[in-house]
Amino acid sequence: MKAHQGILLLLLCGTFALSAACGGGSSAKSTFSLPASGPNVQAISVNLGPAGDLANGVFTSVTVCAPGTSNCQTIGGVLVDTGSFGLRLLSSALTTSLPQQTGAGGEAVVECFPFVSGTTWGPVQTADIKIASEKAANIAVQVISNAFPVPTGCPGPIQDTLQALHANGILGIGQFIQDCGLACATSTSPGLYYTCTSSKCQATTESVAQQVQNPVAAFATDNNGVMLAIPAAPNPEATLSGALVFGIGTQSNNGLGSATVYTADGFGNFTTTFKGQQVTSSFIDSGSNGIFFLTTQITGLPTCSPWYCPSSSQPVSAITMGANGASGTVKFTVANADSLFAVPGAAVFSQLAGPSSGIFDWGLPFFYGRNVFVAIAGRGAPGGTPPYWAY
Amino acid sequence: MGFRQTGVARAMPVLGFVCLFGSVAFASLGSDITSIEADQAHMQASRKILTAAQYTAHEIQSADGMLVREYVSPAGRVFAVTWRGPWMPDMHQLLGEYFDQYTQARQVQSQMHAGRGPVRIEQPGLVVELAGHPRSFVGRAYLPDQMPAGVQVEDLK
Repeated sequence: MKAHQGILLLLLCGTFALSAACGGGSSAKSTFSLPASGPNVQAISVNLGPAGDLANGVFTSVTVCAPGTSNCQTIGGVLVDTGSFGLRLLSSALTTSLPQQTGAGGEAVVECFPFVSGTTWGPVQTADIKIASEKAANIAVQVISNAFPVPTGCPGPIQDTLQALHANGILGIGQFIQDCGLACATSTSPGLYYTCTSSKCQATTESVAQQVQNPVAAFATDNNGVMLAIPAAPNPEATLSGALVFGIGTQSNNGLGSATVYTADGFGNFTTTFKGQQVTSSFIDSGSNGIFFLTTQITGLPTCSPWYCPSSSQPVSAITMGANGASGTVKFTVANADSLFAVPGAAVFSQLAGPSSGIFDWGLPFFYGRNVFVAIAGRGAPGGTPPYWAY
Repeated sequence: MGFRQTGVARAMPVLGFVCLFGSVAFASLGSDITSIEADQAHMQASRKILTAAQYTAHEIQSADGMLVREYVSPAGRVFAVTWRGPWMPDMHQLLGEYFDQYTQARQVQSQMHAGRGPVRIEQPGLVVELAGHPRSFVGRAYLPDQMPAGVQVEDLK
């Protein structure tokens, strides 16, 4: 369904716009095709990851170089995350020495970057980043380490080891160019950036240009977003290969095709409606390892914390709606998580879901069997005004 | 003081509000209501007071986008805190005396589950939930044993 048809539908529906009958304008069928190979295509793989213990983690490799040099290193086992922004690498995986970003007094600039599941802490350094044939020159990345004392304002748990992070790094390629934006340039209240000596850290502001950058936005070409193409996987599997394509509508292999554009708000959220519950903090995130939505009271699905564990697999239907009025039904199945995890060696679980009040988190299982586009705010892209998702 | 009306339908717990500007801060979970006024933080924020039959919610909106609601029982005790904003709130400030309990429980849980998703900590007398993604975090913390009669967890938004 095209976006303008979605708006028309919304108008026709009027006050009933939130009902299931009106929301399901788009086909529930998902479209999937593997992209043609090209210089903007990077192989990705769902597997247990370098720590050997992550369900529904999608990984790739990145090449990191000291800026302007051929002093480079390729690091595998990096989590592909459309829910964050910027490259973060464990210092234990990084052997290439990178220049340290410094504050006005020569102190090291260090970042505290909280994810919901834990926080990465470590110095901000600069690197050239190469993925497929794309290159981001001289941009800020975070090197996760315990080289500096964690300030009390930085929330735990700190994930600074492979065992804690379950990856060698996180490749944040979501909808924003910087990991913080203007707020960190004008105020220290976000609590992300610090200047540190070996014994003490102090909150600092950080200019937008100096902040940790989404590498895709820093590419010379194909820099308006990405498309993930991961095949369907009805049953638990050990590995699943897919493709990460850079750019949207910039090459012959990254056009929107028949995908519907769902625009996001300024925080990277859109709306999902399930059983009449309208969830405005809703998002699509390859870095979440299940589909997390609502609570047992609403879904009727029993839990085996932190997952849902219905006695038999349950079909679920929800309506996603963009700020542009586009809407479409998404169907998935929730299986018993304990039964899924009982499959030896499996890492790919398309039916893994769990509860979460107040949000609808379309994690990696959403990507299986779909081409999912993620367009970066502030950049031009076909089909709508980013930030958006299209699928 | 906010408007106060009677005969409230539970589905519409918010009856009225008043905006206060100036130096206000978050009071922590389990603390007395007087701590909200007594707090001398330096953030520029506006505060609304939302009144319902079983509680008063103090809504604090900071200039830089963090929204915090503190739910105060008729006895004057903060029994729940919710938040929504582009970054994580200061959990130490919000959880107060419960912060250490929360921190220890999170450490244990993060070692048990290799997960990347929302977090729910359920401890005796304390529940903490965190969700969202960078640039958009939501969460709540509440004291199940301290909830005034008639208040449902779903009311804590």
